[in-house]
Amino acid sequence: MTFAIVVFPGSNCDHDAYHAAKHVLGQDARFVWHKEASLGDPDVVVLPGGFSHGDYLRTGAIARFSPVMSAVQAFAAAGGPVLGICNGFQILLECGLLPGAMLRNRDVKFHCELVGIRVERTDTPFTRACAEGQVLQVPIAHGEGNYYAPPDVVDQLERESRVVFRYANAHGETTDQANPNGSLRNIAGICNATRNVVGLMPHPERACEPALGSADGLLIFKSVVQALAERGALQAAGR
Amino acid sequence: MKARVFVSLKPSVFDPQGHTIVEALHSLGYAAVADVRQGKFFEVDLNVPSRAEAERLAAEVADRVLANPVIESFRIELAPEGGAA
Repeated sequence: MTFAIVVFPGSNCDHDAYHAAKHVLGQDARFVWHKEASLGDPDVVVLPGGFSHGDYLRTGAIARFSPVMSAVQAFAAAGGPVLGICNGFQILLECGLLPGAMLRNRDVKFHCELVGIRVERTDTPFTRACAEGQVLQVPIAHGEGNYYAPPDVVDQLERESRVVFRYANAHGETTDQANPNGSLRNIAGICNATRNVVGLMPHPERACEPALGSADGLLIFKSVVQALAERGALQAAGR
Repeated sequence: MKARVFVSLKPSVFDPQGHTIVEALHSLGYAAVADVRQGKFFEVDLNVPSRAEAERLAAEVADRVLANPVIESFRIELAPEGGAA
């Protein structure tokens, strides 16, 4: 199983994602420079965290026009699993693969801390190995993670069960206190209508080994390996 | 031709930076400052033959790149006809 990890100028969590896929999970992983027109033939695409193009103009605003993004759009349209982490999530919002936008954190501070996120849905390729309602401890590191979408869009996300993660305390309560950035309805991650594109602000790739303070993030990576293995088994059975 | 593009958060969207600025102004004693909304200003130099084309191009660039229509709106001013910007 091959992970393609897209590298933009200013990406800084690309190696963490690579490490999680390759060394922790033992999968094949490779970097794809943003100027490439092709992703190769990966099974899963990761848009990693960082500060692509220095976050100039807006987070993700310049990266969405990188040549590789046409290939990412096509991969997503064909049903391929795409995970956007932090800046990768912001790029997915800017390019329209996911709805909404990020505002400056409500307290205007950069937050770098371990937070709890409650898994709302397990029917995405990146949450299959989680339990519904499970609270994962994963770090955040962002200044613009205050999720916003117009009320009708947020209602649609809720109606279609596309809120995948919400900030929550250890008991799984989505309190205002557990919300680090002011995101609408404690939204930490969402998916697209076909559920194969998932974006989240927290960094699962930075929480894949106990030495890092939490290994909960590994469930996200294990999920997609499991999802793809199941898909492969189904295809093989259908032949 | 020079176009000025002003980008600001839509009125319905909370502006954390503007909120921080107005609080700072209040702490400096400017009680009469009721609110601050902050935004971005771009001066865009356009190599186009007409004002109509300048207006069209500035709007396209603002809508596609300079502003995020989900949260922001923009306003364009063209330099006055015949005068220096």
